Amino acid sequence: MSGLEQRIHDAVHGQTQPTVTVLSSLLAVEDELGYIPKEALDFVAGFSNATVNDVWAVASFYPNFRFEPPSEHVVEVCWGASCHVVGAMGVFKSVLEAAGLEDEGDTLDRRLTVRLNTCLGACSQAPVMSMDHHLAGRTNPDSAAKNVAHLLEEEAHGR
Amino acid sequence: MVVSFVEIGLEAGRRWQELTAGERPWIRIGTALCGEAAGAFEVTDAVESELASQGVSAKVSRVGCLGLCFAEPLLDVQLPGGHRIFYGNVDPEGVAEIVSAHVAGGTPVTAKALGYLAQNGSDAPVPDGIPDLDQHPMRIWEDRIVLRNAGNIDPMDIHQYVANGGYQALHKALIDLDREQTLDEVKASGLRGRGGAAFPTATKWSFLAGNPAPEKYVLCNCEEGDPGAFNDKNILESDPGTLVEGVIIAGYATGASKGYIFIRHGHNGPIDRCRAAVDQARELGFLGENIMGTDFSYEIEVALTGDSYVAGEESALMEAIEGKRAMPRFRPPFPAQVGLFGKPTNINNVKTLAYVPEIVSKGGEWFAGIGHDTSTGTVILCLTGPLKYTGMVEVPLGINLKDVINEAAGGVQDGKTLKFLQTGGPLGGVLGADSIDILLDFEILRAAGAIVGSGGLIAADESACIVDMTRSLISFCQYESCGKCFPCRMGMSHLLEVLERICRLEGTSEDLALMRNIGENMQAGSLCGHGQLGFNPVSSALRYFGPEFDAHITDRICPTGTCLAPRYSPAQTRR
Ligand SMILES: Cc1cc2nc3c(=O)[nH]c(=O)nc-3n(C[C@H](O)[C@H](O)[C@H](O)COP(=O)(O)O)c2cc1C
Ligand code: SF4
Ligand code: FES
Ligand code: FES
Repeated sequence: MSGLEQRIHDAVHGQTQPTVTVLSSLLAVEDELGYIPKEALDFVAGFSNATVNDVWAVASFYPNFRFEPPSEHVVEVCWGASCHVVGAMGVFKSVLEAAGLEDEGDTLDRRLTVRLNTCLGACSQAPVMSMDHHLAGRTNPDSAAKNVAHLLEEEAHGR
Repeated sequence: MVVSFVEIGLEAGRRWQELTAGERPWIRIGTALCGEAAGAFEVTDAVESELASQGVSAKVSRVGCLGLCFAEPLLDVQLPGGHRIFYGNVDPEGVAEIVSAHVAGGTPVTAKALGYLAQNGSDAPVPDGIPDLDQHPMRIWEDRIVLRNAGNIDPMDIHQYVANGGYQALHKALIDLDREQTLDEVKASGLRGRGGAAFPTATKWSFLAGNPAPEKYVLCNCEEGDPGAFNDKNILESDPGTLVEGVIIAGYATGASKGYIFIRHGHNGPIDRCRAAVDQARELGFLGENIMGTDFSYEIEVALTGDSYVAGEESALMEAIEGKRAMPRFRPPFPAQVGLFGKPTNINNVKTLAYVPEIVSKGGEWFAGIGHDTSTGTVILCLTGPLKYTGMVEVPLGINLKDVINEAAGGVQDGKTLKFLQTGGPLGGVLGADSIDILLDFEILRAAGAIVGSGGLIAADESACIVDMTRSLISFCQYESCGKCFPCRMGMSHLLEVLERICRLEGTSEDLALMRNIGENMQAGSLCGHGQLGFNPVSSALRYFGPEFDAHITDRICPTGTCLAPRYSPAQTRR
């Protein structure tokens, strides 16, 4: 078994809750790897006594699943209504510029993924963004660009 | 060994006494999602390192939310036997002074204090020169039932919940009442579902109670995908015990064998706190076999879903727990006949179930005495947008919406004026600023074209464009459409196309009629509420702001200029 296959195996078999399903297994893999490789679709199918087609149907329905390895960092900007009315679009534009992207996606060097999120759950602190799942509220275009720069810098220092 | 409920209560009381009137000061820091976004984790780190470096002994707890989100990060200090004194908008640099002067020195930093909350049983004098937080505009209208413990107790410690009356309702239901009498209390309360449709809870429960099947389920819906609503997640972060106790009592009253609490994957604060509350309830014998020595046995499982707003629709939710695509089912059969894994099932919202312990403790009559008409009890509102005080309040139904916005939320900030309110989530509606002099009541709000829904109230000032807001809401609804039925799948895409065109100032004179036509088809032909209600944002916007649409279409101008700025929406990945 390859290292990847071992991690998939352990994530799926490591589920402790009583109700284990195709979806819960995929979520377990995503938590472990940050994405759903083809090997995981096959493994979850075998494990759940389902076809790969069935598993793909579930995986492709929920936009939190990605199918390519994650970038080093992920920045999400909330696009929900509470954030929208106080300037989320400007924040997102600024994040894209800081990342050198035209729209949602991964940078070429795979150091950063930028995504929109429908609601980060801290609507009273709008506009909200998150850096590697850590929330930051009351952002504006300037602070958002700084947050992105800081995240990328931290990494450079760490090396 | 099973410890009796009385012994558990005594132990919890002893621990609470130790926390509030023991040797050490108690520092509580709000660390719900909004606190995190405001920097509460950094403040917590600063508190811990200052305590260590100054050599001061104090107990530090991460609590949930007091509702005063605008003041986050929010921390308070309670000296042994004293009152709680709060500091708002704390930054890590300011922590050293609070620790040295107040925690170690016993003298509050009056200039920086937001207010105090007087504590029952404390005979300490109230602090001089610090306002009473209960007189704050955001708290003065409140009647905290579900939120009675929020921000006061450590959500990861069941003993703190028990010390504040937790699990007495379950004890009363199991020991003093039978299943039917428990259901009767809920019936007498007039409680209606807080998940959107406001359906009478006792009626729904009676469907399940009347089904003799041996295996039956109670589902608690914490999908909460509505942008602008965070009260369900917040209950789990602030006082998960209240919800867990409600789910157990619902199981008892309906004769269910198991409860599921369903949360969206990724919201780790609510998930971890809910799981801890379930595990601790099991450890103390409030879950499992023969609860409190009776013949009632019950289990609760926390189940997670992927990102899908429609997964919050009751039948789609069952599909998601079964591990499938979150697509609604055809009805009949209804969930109380054929539900989760084919078993009879009852589905309720978090808030609905979180009311149940207090209703059982204090009696249905008491609850029915709060509120307005058939809208009994309180409503938990999430106040967001450019308001002076953003946050979460629990106020009696029947309160005037204008008081909520102008008084409790302090009105629109920076001297601007209110333009509209978006209520009840993306399937709700907007209200023009002139129409907010209206009582918060399920029927009255619906008649005005808006709904109470999940309790989200999003304010917008004059800089917001109604066409842009409508487009943004429909963009969300289109993104989230599950795609099972075509009136919704195609209708949403078509509506969005038309609204995009109007925002580009390229709309045509037929566009409004075209949208109405699409909306009628969606309402008549969609399988679930998403499509049936999905035209609400457009119809309510047209009702209050027709001229602004005309300006875009006929005069080809966006009066606020909003529509000229770049727009983004998420890539379509739902296949
Ligand atoms: C598209 C859609 C999304 C929904 N999302 C939620 C949700 O996130 N939480 C919720 O409690 N109810 C949601 N509902 C309502 C549920 O279908 C259901 O009515 C509710 O959970 C019942 O609980 P209640 O009787 O306590 O209100 C949604 C409905 C629709 C049509
Ligand atoms: S109305 Fe929309 S969300 Fe509901 S089943 Fe149809 S396509 Fe899915
Ligand atoms: S709408 Fe942005 S955090 Fe909820
Ligand atoms: S004060 Fe905490 S959710 Fe806000």
